[in-house]
Amino acid sequence: MGGIPHDHYEPKAAWEKGLAKRLPIVGLMYDTLMIPTPKNLNWMWIWGIVLAFCLALQIITGIVLVMHYTPHVDMAFASVEHIMRNVNGGAMLRYLHMNGASLFFVAVYAHIFRGLYYGSYKAPREITWIIGMLIYLLMMGTAFMGYVLPWGQMSFWGATVITGLFGAIPFIGDALQTWLLGGPAVDNATLNRFFSLHYLLPFVIAGLVIVHIWAFHTTGNNNPTGVEVRRTSKEEAEKDTLPFWPYFVIKDLFALAVILVVFFAIVGFMPNYLGHPDNYIEANPLATPAHIVPEWYFLPFYAILRAFDGDVWVVIIASTLTGGIIDAKFFGVIAMFGAIVVMALVPWLDTSSVRSGRYRPMFKWWFWLFVVNFFVLMWVGAMPAEGIYPYIALIGSTYWFAYFLVILPLLGVLEKPDAQPATIEEDFAAKMGKGDSGSAAPSTQPAE
Amino acid sequence: MSHAEEDHEGTRRDFLYFATAGAGAVTAGAAIWPLVDQMNPSADVLAASKKRVDVSSVSPGTQITVLFLGKPVFIRRRTEEEIEAAVAVSLDDLPDPEARNENLPGGTPGDDGNRSLPPFGGAENTGEWLVMQGVCTHLGCVPLGDAGDFGGWFCPCHGSHYDTAGRIRRGPAPTNLPVPVAEFVDETTILLG
Repeated sequence: MGGIPHDHYEPKAAWEKGLAKRLPIVGLMYDTLMIPTPKNLNWMWIWGIVLAFCLALQIITGIVLVMHYTPHVDMAFASVEHIMRNVNGGAMLRYLHMNGASLFFVAVYAHIFRGLYYGSYKAPREITWIIGMLIYLLMMGTAFMGYVLPWGQMSFWGATVITGLFGAIPFIGDALQTWLLGGPAVDNATLNRFFSLHYLLPFVIAGLVIVHIWAFHTTGNNNPTGVEVRRTSKEEAEKDTLPFWPYFVIKDLFALAVILVVFFAIVGFMPNYLGHPDNYIEANPLATPAHIVPEWYFLPFYAILRAFDGDVWVVIIASTLTGGIIDAKFFGVIAMFGAIVVMALVPWLDTSSVRSGRYRPMFKWWFWLFVVNFFVLMWVGAMPAEGIYPYIALIGSTYWFAYFLVILPLLGVLEKPDAQPATIEEDFAAKMGKGDSGSAAPSTQPAE
Repeated sequence: MSHAEEDHEGTRRDFLYFATAGAGAVTAGAAIWPLVDQMNPSADVLAASKKRVDVSSVSPGTQITVLFLGKPVFIRRRTEEEIEAAVAVSLDDLPDPEARNENLPGGTPGDDGNRSLPPFGGAENTGEWLVMQGVCTHLGCVPLGDAGDFGGWFCPCHGSHYDTAGRIRRGPAPTNLPVPVAEFVDETTILLG
């Protein structure tokens, strides 16, 4: 695999040879686990393992929670309280699942920003990137539907607002919204189908994760230099790489252990810190919470959704050009989904031939501004849509689109990149003193 | 299609390909449609699209809220002062000049008389009964009664003020609170839907 020359699995004993002839599963697992991995990977390359752990955690805790949960509007809220109070270890299981979603999104955002900084999306890894974006979209859908299941006030009203977005689509919006909800408003039919899909989608994600790994095992990993592993001979490739097992597995598991210390501290001591108190009030279609806010991981996109009201000139132009078909509400919906679409298209929007941001002096600044902007949007998404906040949201949203549609295409032309190392071995030797692969530990250089 | 003229078996085979593919597409569509259609509102949900409400206990100056089609409906018996306040408003002062009354043709002006529900048996409409959907037209929150700067309803989410006829007066909401299809079927019973 990987087009990187390396030793393959050789069945030795008679039964190994016999099995390999009939089902080459051991060879498949060996080649997957022993893949030559660039030895200069830094600490930002640990999030894949964290994400795999999160998916497993959510599926396992989810399956056992379902053994006690009742997806019916009359009983859902009470059944969650039943889990919290009566089921053995139920509170812990539910808090793990609740906060597991947050850890999942922390990891996925770190993973995505890693890819954006080091150019992991660039040829030949576009397919890996696109599949990653699909996984991210499915994660958001799964998380949203999962949040509806406890049937608290924020579940109900969050579902009302978000499904209302589909109602903003011209001509078919109302019919589509009714079809999605199974009735004129969020009700039992909605809860049931969300439950069904919330159970299904993680397995679809698991399938896509396999394809994601398959794709980057075919191209080989990216690395902090963006320089490709040398492939002309096995000896050369071995100077640039180390096998995934045991070197990177141990490193990744160490990072995971550190992250889990923080995670379990939150689960154990402040499990509701990231939640909303309103969701401990049972859903009531007759009373709206004073302040409807999505979970933190949706806030940047919620800010983009609300940024475009009827007074913004692009909205006025779009509305005039389409004879009012695209109104402010629909424009916001387009902007929110468009924010993810432009990110998915980044392999074709970034024109620079240099892969890693480490050697791109101008790109660095724009990138870090993009990261800061992400957190600004997250903050403003939690604020009420009045006063100064809509203006901040509008500036942040504009920068989001400008980064992908203007800055990245132009930088490739305007920027003069710094010198890159010729090989990964050279970069590694410069970092570690000397390139002695015998005692090689992964670079302790933290992410820039 | 030059090869078709010299190869008659080819045309026959092409036909079979298209026929098979067509039959396959029709079968796939027929199989998928029930899977899509099952998500549309079920019979019991559709059957709930009418509701009788007994309003005999509603005294002037009070309102009840009933859940109809999953959404709140406000039924208010207005006082003389509330009706006068609503009638006195000029259409020019309304951000949304339309009645938004499903019992009347679209585009009907939003005078107070076009918002209220006529009493049973064609008696003169004093404007006493106001029936409307209690869903803010901005982002779908439920407005509070007897509140706001115009003595009507106030939405706590983003500060939309509605007057005593449920018409938007100030704030981000684009349109008046909609009046659903409703009628008095006897002296004290309103049929919604």
